[in-house]
Amino acid sequence: MFSSVTCDDFDQASLYSRLQAEAVAGGAGAIVTFTGLVRDFNAHGRIEGIELEHYPEMTEQALRQLMENACARFSLTTVGIVHRVGKIANHEQIVWVGSAAPHRQAAFDGACYMMDTLKQAVPLWKKEFQSGHGKWVAAKASDERAALAWVQGIEANSE
Amino acid sequence: MITVKCFALVRELSQCASLTVPFEPGMTIASLQHQLAHRDANWQLALEGKVLSACNQTLVDSDCALCDGDEVAFFPPVTGG
Repeated sequence: MFSSVTCDDFDQASLYSRLQAEAVAGGAGAIVTFTGLVRDFNAHGRIEGIELEHYPEMTEQALRQLMENACARFSLTTVGIVHRVGKIANHEQIVWVGSAAPHRQAAFDGACYMMDTLKQAVPLWKKEFQSGHGKWVAAKASDERAALAWVQGIEANSE
Repeated sequence: MITVKCFALVRELSQCASLTVPFEPGMTIASLQHQLAHRDANWQLALEGKVLSACNQTLVDSDCALCDGDEVAFFPPVTGG
């Protein structure tokens, strides 16, 4: 199990290798990974990159708690999360999660759960730049519903 | 003393990233928030609307009781991922 918060871009191949080594050692039969990228637009048009702020001491604890919850809930073999902070240009990688399990469904569910709950429970804040001005991104109701769905065991509405 | 940290929009509106306030017996997140909001118009604006709070790096409700030496943080709903 591993997590990190970094100002630098990350290399998916090395993250996958690390996860795979832990997965194989734990007898996993499936790995699912997800990578989030910075979009070049929002509801108002083209953007010029983003900046992410976080609460360093709390982010580490929150990521570890989230990973432990995911492992316990879906009987995962191992998981990994990497999240970038600071200035990130359009199209660059922003977040990576990996989930390994004995079978594929648990690996898919684990990756999905980690992304949905990360958007609700980890102290990270996104600012988008547009026409030279920065604006904090508002929390989305659809993200809140997705996270609540895991708690309540219901299917989230899509938005 | 209580260490108070502010992040993102709350930090920008309050124009304060960190400060310390004297601990008072019976202090809660809500009473601290109320005290800060009455400092000036910037703090009032920063702490109105939906603001989340953490005590010692754990999300807590506004009725959470504080102890001397705690670190409290105020910030908007998170938007990572």
